[in-house]
Amino acid sequence: MRIELIKRPQHSALFSALSPFIAFALTLAAGGILFAILGKSPLAALYSYFIEPLTEIWSLHELAVKATPLILIAVGLSVCFQSNNWNIGAEGQFIVGAITGSIMPVLLPDFQFWFVLPLILIFGFAGGAAYGSVPAFLKVRFNTNEILSSLMLVYVAQLFLDWLVRGPWRNPEGFNFPETRQFHSFAILPEILPASGRAHWGFVFALLAALVLWFLLSRTMKGFEVKLIGQSPRAGAFAGFSDKRMIYFAFLVSGGLAGLAGISEVSGAIGQLRPVISPGYGFTAIIVAFLGRLNPLGIVAAGLVLALSYLGGEAAQISLGVSDKTARVFQGLLLFFVLACDTLIHYRIRLGTAQKPEGTA
Amino acid sequence: MKKTILAIAAATAVAAMAPAMAEAKTKACFIYVGPVGDFGWSYQHDQGRLALEKALGDAVETAFLESVPEGADSERALERFARSGCNIIFTTSFGYMDATNKIAAKFPDVKFEHATGYKREHANVATYDSRFYEGRYVIGQIAGKVSKTGVAGYIASFPIPEVVQGINSFLLGAQSVNPDFKLKVVWVNTWFDPGKEADAAKALIDQGVDIITQHTDSTAAMQVAAERGIHAFGQASDMIAFGPQTQLTAIVDDWGPYYIERVKAVIDGTWEQKATWAGMKEGHVVMAPYTNMPDDVKMMAEGTQAKITSGEFHPFTGPIMKQDGTEWLKDGEVADDGTLSGLNFYVKGVDDTLPQ
Repeated sequence: MRIELIKRPQHSALFSALSPFIAFALTLAAGGILFAILGKSPLAALYSYFIEPLTEIWSLHELAVKATPLILIAVGLSVCFQSNNWNIGAEGQFIVGAITGSIMPVLLPDFQFWFVLPLILIFGFAGGAAYGSVPAFLKVRFNTNEILSSLMLVYVAQLFLDWLVRGPWRNPEGFNFPETRQFHSFAILPEILPASGRAHWGFVFALLAALVLWFLLSRTMKGFEVKLIGQSPRAGAFAGFSDKRMIYFAFLVSGGLAGLAGISEVSGAIGQLRPVISPGYGFTAIIVAFLGRLNPLGIVAAGLVLALSYLGGEAAQISLGVSDKTARVFQGLLLFFVLACDTLIHYRIRLGTAQKPEGTA
Repeated sequence: MKKTILAIAAATAVAAMAPAMAEAKTKACFIYVGPVGDFGWSYQHDQGRLALEKALGDAVETAFLESVPEGADSERALERFARSGCNIIFTTSFGYMDATNKIAAKFPDVKFEHATGYKREHANVATYDSRFYEGRYVIGQIAGKVSKTGVAGYIASFPIPEVVQGINSFLLGAQSVNPDFKLKVVWVNTWFDPGKEADAAKALIDQGVDIITQHTDSTAAMQVAAERGIHAFGQASDMIAFGPQTQLTAIVDDWGPYYIERVKAVIDGTWEQKATWAGMKEGHVVMAPYTNMPDDVKMMAEGTQAKITSGEFHPFTGPIMKQDGTEWLKDGEVADDGTLSGLNFYVKGVDDTLPQ
C-alpha cells in the first residue's frame, strides 16, 4: 500500500483547526511509548510534563518568565517573516538590546531616579532596532542575503558582550568574575505580583506587543502592505508600496522587540549582565513564530506551550529521574508533530489502492 | 485491554504513593551545569551523589538536574527543588551563586551548599571548594620532567581566581624542576564545549607544546592529545579510558566525603553554615594513578603529593615573582587564603596576558 500526498485546491479550514490537536495526540502517544520503553509510567511522565507545572502559582509565574522573551521576539519576527524578510539574528538583537539597556545602571550606578527604568527600556528597544537595521541596510543597499548577515551578527554580539563583562564593565567588587555589577533597584523591572512569584512586567509588554501587532497586521493598511509585499513584491510595487521601506520597517520592529526582550530579561529576571544571558531565545523564537502560524495571538499560545515544555522537562527530571536528553527528545517530538501535521492543511492523504502494478512505486 | 488499564492504574497509584513513603527520608538535591555524561566536572559531582546514596542508604533520597544554564533558569530550577521537598541542595557551579542566595532567602528551612562561590548572604547558605591547585603543582612537576620542548599548553575556561591559581601552581611546579619552563594559555570561555576544547588543543600542539593540561570539563583535549601522540593530564575525573597511552595522571575531584558529611549533619540536626576549602589532606583532591612516565618521575610526584598531603609543603611558597618581575612572596613566605581566593595575576613565565 502506498501513501500519497495530494495538494488540496484550497487550504482546509477543518484541518487548520484540527491539526494542533492531532499533533498533540500523536505527541502524547509517541511520548507515552518513549517513557514506557524507559521503564517510566507514561501517565506519571505526561502528568509531570503538562499538568504539574500548571498546578502551582509560583510555577505559572515561571511559565510567564520563560515565555516572555520567546513571545516578544517571535511577534516581531512574524512581521519580518510575513513580509518575506528572513531575520535569523534576533538572538544578536536581543543581546545588543540588553547591552544598550544596561549602559545606565552599569556605568552610572549612582544615578538612581524613577525615570531610569523607562529610559533603559527605551535604550534596549533602540539598541535592538539599531542592530537589526544593519542587515536591513546591507540588504537594501547591496542586496546582501539577510539570512547570512543577520546570523553572523549574532556571533559578533555574543563576543562583544563577552568582552564587555570580562573587561570594561566587569564588577569592580566581583573578584574578577565575569559579570557586571547588580542593577540598582530603580533599574529593576518590577514583578507583577511580588507576593506570589517572579513574573515581571516584561510579560505584560509581550502581551501588549502581540495585541498591537495583531491589530496592525490584520486590521490596518500597513498590515495589508506587509502581507502583499511578502507574497508578491511586484504586486506590492504596483500598489505603490516601497519594498525597501518595508525591509527597514520589518527589521526595526523585530530588532526593537528583540532588544526590549533582552533588556526585560536582564532587568527583570537576571539583574546583571553575564557572559551568557540567553539560552538561545532568539533562535527558539523562530520556532515559536512558526508554531503560532506567524499570527501574533497564535504566537502567544505557542510561546506558552514551548515554555511549558521546558518547565515540564525539568519537572520530569526531578520527579521521574529521566535525563535531560529525554526531556529534550520529547520537546523535539512535540515540535516535529506540530509542524508535520500542518501538512494536512495543504495536502490530503490518499491511501493508494493496488491498481498500480507492483514494483513501480 | 482491561488488564492493561489496571496495570497502568496500579503503576500510577504506586508512583503517587512513592513520595508519601519517602517523606521520612532526607532529600538531597543536586544541580549540574553540564551533562552528567561529561566525564569531568559534573560527572564527578554525580559520582559524589552516588557515593552519598551508597553510604547513607535508605536514610537519604537524591535528585538531580543536569545541563542547567547559569542565569534565570537556575533560579527556577532551585525554586522547584526547594518546593519539591529537598532538605539540602548542592549547587555545583560558580554561576549559580546569586540564584542560590536569592532562593535561600525564600526557603530558610532548606540548606543550600554552593560550590566554588564566596557569597553566604543567609544563615542557610554554605560554600565549599577544593584546593585543586595542590594537584596542579604535582602535575606541573611531572610536566617539567616529561616535556621535551619545555613548553606546556593550558586550556583555560574563565579568568576567575580558581583558574588563575591552577595556572600559576602548574607553572611553579614545572619551574621547580625546569626553571626555563614556559606555558601557553588558550581561553575558551566555556566550562564544557568538546568542539572548542579540541580546537584549542590542536592549536596549542601546532604551536609546539608537547603536554596539554586543561581547566575545562570534557575529555576532548585528552582525545586530541592521544591522536597526536603527546601526553596530557585528566581534569576533574580519571580520564585514562580516553587516553590509555596519553594520560600521565589526573586531578580527581572527590566530592563524596563532603556530601556524606554534610547530609549526615542535616540528618543529625547539626548542619551549620561554613566555608569549606579542603584539599589533599581531607581526601577531596585525589591523584589518579601515575602512568606513562619513568619511575623516577613517578617517585618525585608521589613524594610531592605526600608532602602536600601532610601539610609540609604549600605550592605557593616564596620566593615567587609576579609575571612583570616584581616580587609577590618573599623567601619562605606562604600565600594566605585571602590572596589566593582573589588571585588575579600570573607568576613569572606565563606566555599570555591575563584577560583583565
